[in-house]
Amino acid sequence: MAKVDAMMPWKEVPLGGTILEPGNARKFKTGDWRSKVRPVTDKEKCIKCGMCWIFCPDMAYDPREDGYYDWNGTYCKGCGICAKECPKDAIQMVAEGE
Amino acid sequence: MAKRVGMEVSIAISEAVKLANVDVISAYPITPQTHIVEHLSEFVSDGELHSAFVPVESEHSAMSAALGASAVGARTFTATSSQGLALMHEIMYLAASMRLPVVMSVVNRALSSPINIWNDLSDIMAERDSGWVQVFAINGQEAYDLTLQAFKIAEDPRVLLPVAVNLDGFILSHVIEPIELFEQQEVDPFLPPYKPVLRLDPEKPVSMGAFGSPEVFIEVKKQVEEALIGSQKVVAEVWKDFGQRFGRIYKPVESYQTKGADTILITMGSITETAMTAIDSLREKGRKVGLVHIRLWRPFPFKEFLQAIKGAKTLAVLDRALSPGGVGGPVGLEVKAALFGKDERPYVAEFVAGLGGRDLTVDTFIEVLDKAEKYSQKQKDFQYELIGVREK
Repeated sequence: MAKVDAMMPWKEVPLGGTILEPGNARKFKTGDWRSKVRPVTDKEKCIKCGMCWIFCPDMAYDPREDGYYDWNGTYCKGCGICAKECPKDAIQMVAEGE
Repeated sequence: MAKRVGMEVSIAISEAVKLANVDVISAYPITPQTHIVEHLSEFVSDGELHSAFVPVESEHSAMSAALGASAVGARTFTATSSQGLALMHEIMYLAASMRLPVVMSVVNRALSSPINIWNDLSDIMAERDSGWVQVFAINGQEAYDLTLQAFKIAEDPRVLLPVAVNLDGFILSHVIEPIELFEQQEVDPFLPPYKPVLRLDPEKPVSMGAFGSPEVFIEVKKQVEEALIGSQKVVAEVWKDFGQRFGRIYKPVESYQTKGADTILITMGSITETAMTAIDSLREKGRKVGLVHIRLWRPFPFKEFLQAIKGAKTLAVLDRALSPGGVGGPVGLEVKAALFGKDERPYVAEFVAGLGGRDLTVDTFIEVLDKAEKYSQKQKDFQYELIGVREK
């Protein structure tokens, strides 16, 4: 059940806490508890392979029309998997605020 | 009308499950439950029952498969005992919270160790708080009737909770009793096919049993609690309907010889009929004793229980499970809690007996009643007494 939908009276919660709407995990803004680092992609090194997008265990990368991938802080926990998997070392984990 | 046939109670239960036209049976054999599912697998193999029989590799899987089947909208049955029920433990809570109306026979047997295959209620009492509707049969006919009724109760859209039909291992499950068996055409109008409110359907996808953050967990549990409390009304309706169709009346709490009784014995399960014999013999001697047995254990019928024991000066509670380090057994605890705060309340003498299949004879019940009256006179301050334990 998505967090934004969860603040409902008990009588209105779907039977047994069943999720009626597919894909509503999008509504969970889980990026707000990110560790103190975030990934930054060097577009010069990026070959648009999409490994960051594929390996991201959440939904922190959005494909763009031009083939690059935008980072989306709403869902990024700063786990660093994208940086580890990038075949061109184009992704660096940098401290928040830098 | 129905015919009366002498048969083993386990077999009678499988006949009831067959009449319920279950879609899925998932089960793992364990003594003393085995005969029920063994006979059901024969029905399926012989083409007499058109169900999917899933022979799983453990009870954890038996209950998990039952939940999956129930989630797609199948009428689902399983059965177990003792260690098997313990292995189902974590899935028991899921069944209730996910609102899946699985029906299960629990053939009550002691939990190890020492390894023991005989009867007591320690297995089901460990599942007391799982959110299941829980009923106890005192004889074979009740075990048969309660099994059929269980599907109707569980699947009612106002309930949608799993139901455990408890019967004592061996001393009830393996005895041969005359059972009045119903015809399919009598049962079908009583128990129409299950119509799920929510189900797993590729055309209309939903997720069941998902993550529930602190913001929603209590609300889901509140739903289960309200559904369980509310199920007593549905249980009463189902029992009334059953009574009108089949002529046997069921009540959440039953009284026997309680008119004018100063001392009332409280029992659950098949020991009740032996206890009745003890009451009869004491009544013949002029003793003012009676018996109340609890059929509906969850939800606990507080109002009916208090009404049934009204006027008694002493209650002798006979538990067949122990809460070590506590006040005795679960039934005694419930009875004491039900009476707490009431202006007029009887003295409660709590006894634990019959653990691991130790025989409970007519003399045991007479001993318990004698002790209860003696302790009541002295207003003896004690938590509970373990009956039959050898001191030397």
